[in-house]
Amino acid sequence: MENPSIGQNVQVGVTNQEAAIQKRLNEILHSYKGSQDELIPILQQVQQVFGYLPELAMKKLAKFLKLPESTVFGVGTFYAQFKLLPTGRNIIRVCRGTACHVRGSAQILAEIGKQLGISAGETTPDLEYSLETIACFGSCALAPVVVANNKVHGRMTVTKVGEIFNKEAQ
Amino acid sequence: MSFEEIKEKAILQWKTMQQSESIRILIGMGTCGRAAGAEDILDVLNQELAKRNIQTDILPVGCIGLCYAEPLIEVIKPGKPSVFYGNLTPELMSEIIADYLIADNPRPDLALGTRGEGTLDGIPKLFDLPVLKPQVRISLRNCGNIDPENIAHYIANGGYEGLAKALRMKPQEVIDEIKKSGLRGRGGAGFATGIKWQFCHDVPGDIKYVICNADEGDPGAFMDRALLEGDPHAVLEGMLIGAYAIGALEGYIYIRAEYPLAIQRLRIAIKQMEEYGLIGDDIMGSGFKFHIKIKEGAGAFVCGEETAMMASIEGRRGMPRSRPPFPAQSGLWGKPTNINNVETWSNVSAIIAKGAEWYAGYGTEKSKGTKNFSLVGKVVRTGLIEVPMGISLREILYEIGGGIPENKRLKAIQTGGPSGGFIPESLIDLPVDYESLTQAGSIMGSGGMVVIDEDTCMVDITKFFLTFTQAESCGKCIPCRWGTKQMLDILVDITEGRGKPGDVELLQELAESVKGNSLCGLGQTAPNPVLTSIRYFRDEYEEHIVEKRCSAMQCQALISYYILPDKCQGCMICARNCPVQAIEGGKRMVHVIDQDKCINCGICFDVCPPKFSAVVKVSGPKPSGIPEKPIPVVAKS
Repeated sequence: MENPSIGQNVQVGVTNQEAAIQKRLNEILHSYKGSQDELIPILQQVQQVFGYLPELAMKKLAKFLKLPESTVFGVGTFYAQFKLLPTGRNIIRVCRGTACHVRGSAQILAEIGKQLGISAGETTPDLEYSLETIACFGSCALAPVVVANNKVHGRMTVTKVGEIFNKEAQ
Repeated sequence: MSFEEIKEKAILQWKTMQQSESIRILIGMGTCGRAAGAEDILDVLNQELAKRNIQTDILPVGCIGLCYAEPLIEVIKPGKPSVFYGNLTPELMSEIIADYLIADNPRPDLALGTRGEGTLDGIPKLFDLPVLKPQVRISLRNCGNIDPENIAHYIANGGYEGLAKALRMKPQEVIDEIKKSGLRGRGGAGFATGIKWQFCHDVPGDIKYVICNADEGDPGAFMDRALLEGDPHAVLEGMLIGAYAIGALEGYIYIRAEYPLAIQRLRIAIKQMEEYGLIGDDIMGSGFKFHIKIKEGAGAFVCGEETAMMASIEGRRGMPRSRPPFPAQSGLWGKPTNINNVETWSNVSAIIAKGAEWYAGYGTEKSKGTKNFSLVGKVVRTGLIEVPMGISLREILYEIGGGIPENKRLKAIQTGGPSGGFIPESLIDLPVDYESLTQAGSIMGSGGMVVIDEDTCMVDITKFFLTFTQAESCGKCIPCRWGTKQMLDILVDITEGRGKPGDVELLQELAESVKGNSLCGLGQTAPNPVLTSIRYFRDEYEEHIVEKRCSAMQCQALISYYILPDKCQGCMICARNCPVQAIEGGKRMVHVIDQDKCINCGICFDVCPPKFSAVVKVSGPKPSGIPEKPIPVVAKS
């Protein structure tokens, strides 16, 4: 490193962050034995704690399970549930199942996207909202369905989209 | 405690509740009920009852299947038949409390129906309503009747009777009984359950597994969720019986992470089983050992396929492998494994308790028993239904479902999700059984039944399914990975006005080769929506390709908006709202949409005041008389 003082600062910052991830990861790993069938449950818990899968956590996890990093990364990218980037504090999920589709979920998704200024799969720059789609939420009889922070809103219409944000803001 | 003692206690608890002198209120608290606002209703109930100091027992129950009427409650006053009220709002709930709970007017104008002995003037019996009359409840026997978080309720209603009986039989006798019942896999493929068990039973080995497939991934299907939320023990009992018959000591439930309530109910159920000695190292004192673990899926449709599911349980990417070896020979961790779907397991417990002959009394010659469907889409009474095999689609749609809203025309019924196909209106009298549906080009599938009316474009909805399967294809085998992508590309072209003559033939050719050459069920069935939509709705493809027209007005690229000069008042609302400034005009000038700038968003169509209705949505040629440039208003205001 050319400039030792800057280098040191960066180093310290990274180390602190690393230590924080390591500490929380250790708390998670405490209740696991270290066999491969625990990989998905651990990743699920990591995501629950961090909101996504930090690269460092996946590397440490690979060591813990004695698996190549590529295997952990491969599983992390295979399943739709796992995110590799931080998500917003509020997660709005629009169901894109068949019943919702024939009852107009595409328009609902477009309206929410318009109001938030993002597309499905994206997060607002202030990390306030993430917009996601799900293949089917299984509440087809109440289609179309939007799930905001695990609260299910059934029989949605384009004009009711604003209500979701009002409720989340409360 | 022996099972007999447990049963006696449970029945006593149940009877005490039934004969209670206080009012009982059952409230549907499945995911559907909650989504419709059941929690708000429960709040009103709790507040008002506390305020007025009325003693009641409130019991959260699962889904009775009348999802269209959610939020739904059942009010039971001592000595009277119970009364169901649906489509509740907090205001209606307050009225019912005042009129029926405090006074004695059951409000026939609000009531759906009654259940139990006796009648109430002006209220029909619930099970005589057209929505319920054709139904037979075997798998869903307890849903909506019992508290799914109380094992005593299940036991008091005949629960674990089947297990007790099975443990007195030899494993082979149990398998024979299932064979005799004619039960076939309810996950979709329809393989005979008894024969599947026999394969796994006959493979030597000390370590065997049973798996419950609760990875209900078909968009448009929620039968298994409702069943697990409403009656988890029915499924768990079936698994125990299967494990005993096959010789498995360990079981897994692979369930979608998107079903948090079902997972929670399963965990509660398993804990209660442990307390009652119904799971563990010495079940019912018989020496039979069995343990169950819950594995949450992480969002991959392909994991509904047996070999992919096992890979996922083992902690790997959920990719299928070629069969043989079949799971019965080499499954989870290379051990003999038997996988059945949620609904199949729930039928097993009923069959053993009541006998194979009783069960085989329902259904057709080759498809015995009943089938659960989630009836959704463009249908008046959406919901979860259980019907005897052999019932016609017409009966399901018009009797149970109450037809199509707004008197629209039926176009097709879609069964089997992305693996199934479209059944056109002309085949509405088709009986629902495995063979008939396959012959029509669709499949029974796991039970999604989506009603499609004239407002749905068949090419667009086929594209919708292919978008799904293409995204969910795991990428292991080329026919599926590239075939679904190529089919989707062609469908996108057709719906966006770039279709060419010969596209339909190319689609058919691709579909046949993906169907014939893919590694697993996902790829083998992904072409079904393409093949059936071409088979029955080829004219819609031609319309898109040749005329660049979408008569259902769903394909945005084939739609244009115009402003009718004889209706426009020059009010400027549309021009102000247009997000791309594509509308020219001025005060008292007929507005004109610049078609090159227009993005077909439809906002002008929505904001044009209804009394003018000057904006029209057209697919096909431009209407005559539309000016090129704004002209003074001609219409009288």
